[in-house]
Amino acid sequence: MDKGTDRVKRGLAEMLKGGVIMDVVTADQARIAEEAGAVAVMALERVPADIRADGGVARMSDPGMIEQIQGAVTIPVMAKARIGHFVEAQVLQSLGVDYVDESEVLTPADEEHHIDKWAFTVPFVCGARNLGEALRRIGEGAAMIRTKGEAGTGDVVEAVRHFRTIDGEIKRLTSMKHEELMSTARDLGAPFDLVQEVAETGALPVVNFAAGGIATPADAALMMQLGVDGVFVGSGIFKSGDPAARAKAIVEATTYYEDPSIIAKVSRDLGEPMVGIGVSDLDESERLAGRGW
Amino acid sequence: MRVGVLALQGDFREHAGLLTRMGHTPVLIRRTEELDGIDALVIPGGESTTIGKLADRYGLLEPLRAVIGNGLPTLGTCAGLIFLAAGTTGPTQVQLGVLDVVVERNAFGRQVDSFESELDVAGFAEPLHAVFIRAPIVEKVGGDVEVLAAVDGDPVMVRQGHIVATSFHPELLGETRVHELMLGS
Repeated sequence: MDKGTDRVKRGLAEMLKGGVIMDVVTADQARIAEEAGAVAVMALERVPADIRADGGVARMSDPGMIEQIQGAVTIPVMAKARIGHFVEAQVLQSLGVDYVDESEVLTPADEEHHIDKWAFTVPFVCGARNLGEALRRIGEGAAMIRTKGEAGTGDVVEAVRHFRTIDGEIKRLTSMKHEELMSTARDLGAPFDLVQEVAETGALPVVNFAAGGIATPADAALMMQLGVDGVFVGSGIFKSGDPAARAKAIVEATTYYEDPSIIAKVSRDLGEPMVGIGVSDLDESERLAGRGW
Repeated sequence: MRVGVLALQGDFREHAGLLTRMGHTPVLIRRTEELDGIDALVIPGGESTTIGKLADRYGLLEPLRAVIGNGLPTLGTCAGLIFLAAGTTGPTQVQLGVLDVVVERNAFGRQVDSFESELDVAGFAEPLHAVFIRAPIVEKVGGDVEVLAAVDGDPVMVRQGHIVATSFHPELLGETRVHELMLGS
C-alpha cells in the first residue's frame, strides 16, 4: 500500500472536476455548502473579502475551527497555509485536511521560497497567473493548480486573464520545435522536463481550477466554457444576500455550463451578489495575486 | 457500442477517453433524453453527494433506475459504487438503490490515507493496479451479489448480474479489464 503518491494526490483533484469548492468559516456554512452540492469546502477564518477589508496579517485558521468543519460534512475539507509556511502545512496535514492550499490570500511567510510540497503526504493546490508559475509550483510538488484571479473582489477579470494566459502559453508550446523548448523553459522560468511534457501532451499534468473573483452562476459557467476543470468560490457565496440559493445555483451552472437556458433559470431571484471591487480600482499594493512568484 | 457516461460531476472524461481507446462511443449524460439508445452506462468517480443531488434536481433518478433495472450493463467506480448502492453506514444521501449493498464511505480514512496497491480480482489472470482515493468499502452484501476483490477482507469490487462496481479507479490508469467485464455482462 503506497500512500501520498503522485497518482493518489493528483487523483483526488481528478475526482473534484466539474465541481465547486466553497470557502466556509463555520460548520453551519460548511453544511449549507454540502447541501448545495459543493464537492469540497475550504475552511478558513475569514473569507478573502474580509481579509482585504480588515488588513493585518492573515494566517492559517484555528485548528479547532477546522476540526468542527471536518466533523460537520462528509465531503473533502481543504485549508490554507501561508506561502512558504511549511509548519502551518505540517499542522494542517496532522489535522487530516484533504488538500492544503498554499495561498496568496494569506500573508506570505517567505518571499523567496514556496513550500517543498514533495515532503508531504497531503496534496497541495497552488495559485498561478501564467504557465511558468504553474510549472514551478508543479515542480515543487503541487498536485492541483488554480488561477490566482483576484480574491475577495467579485471581479472575474483576473481569473479570465490568468486562465487565458496559461492556455495560450500551452498552445504555443505544442507548436514549437524541440530545440526551441530549452530557451522557452528559460524564459518561462520553468523546469525543462515539465515544459517538454506539456509540449507533448498539450495540457498541464494536473487539474486546473478557476479561482479569484467568481461571484455568479454565469461567472462559473464562463470559466468552465473557457476550459477550466472546476471552480473555487470564495467570498462570492457567503458575502451574498442568499448564500444557500446562490451556492446551489453556482453548482448547477458549473455542471450545465454549456446550457444558457439552465444558467438563466438558476440565476433568477438570487438576491444581492457580493459587493464587488473593480480590480482596476485597486493599487498594485492591494493586489493579492502578486504574492508568490 | 454506445456507452453512456454520467457527466454531472467527477472524472467522466477519463472514462470517456478510456472507452474511446477501447473502440466504443462514449455519450455524456446530463439529461434524461440522452439515455436513449445507449448500450451500457458508466457512473464515474467524483463526489457522491454532489452527483446524487444533481441527479435528483434534474429528474434523472427514476429514468436511471428504470434503464439499469431493465438490465442495462452498468459500471460504477468509487462515487459510482456509492450512488448505485442501497444505503450507507453514514448520513442518508441520494442513492439509486439498484445494487444490493450497503457501503461505508471514506472507509480507509481521509486523503492522507488514500493509497495505491496491487489487487487480485476473481477471474482476472493478472492482478490489477488499483488507486483508492477516499475510497468506500462494501459493508453489507445482498444475496445476489458476488465479491470479486477485497482489501483486508473488505469487499472493494462487486458484481450483481449486469452491474459491476468498484471502490477504486480503473479509469485513472487506463485499465480496461473492468470495463470489458461490465460490457460483456
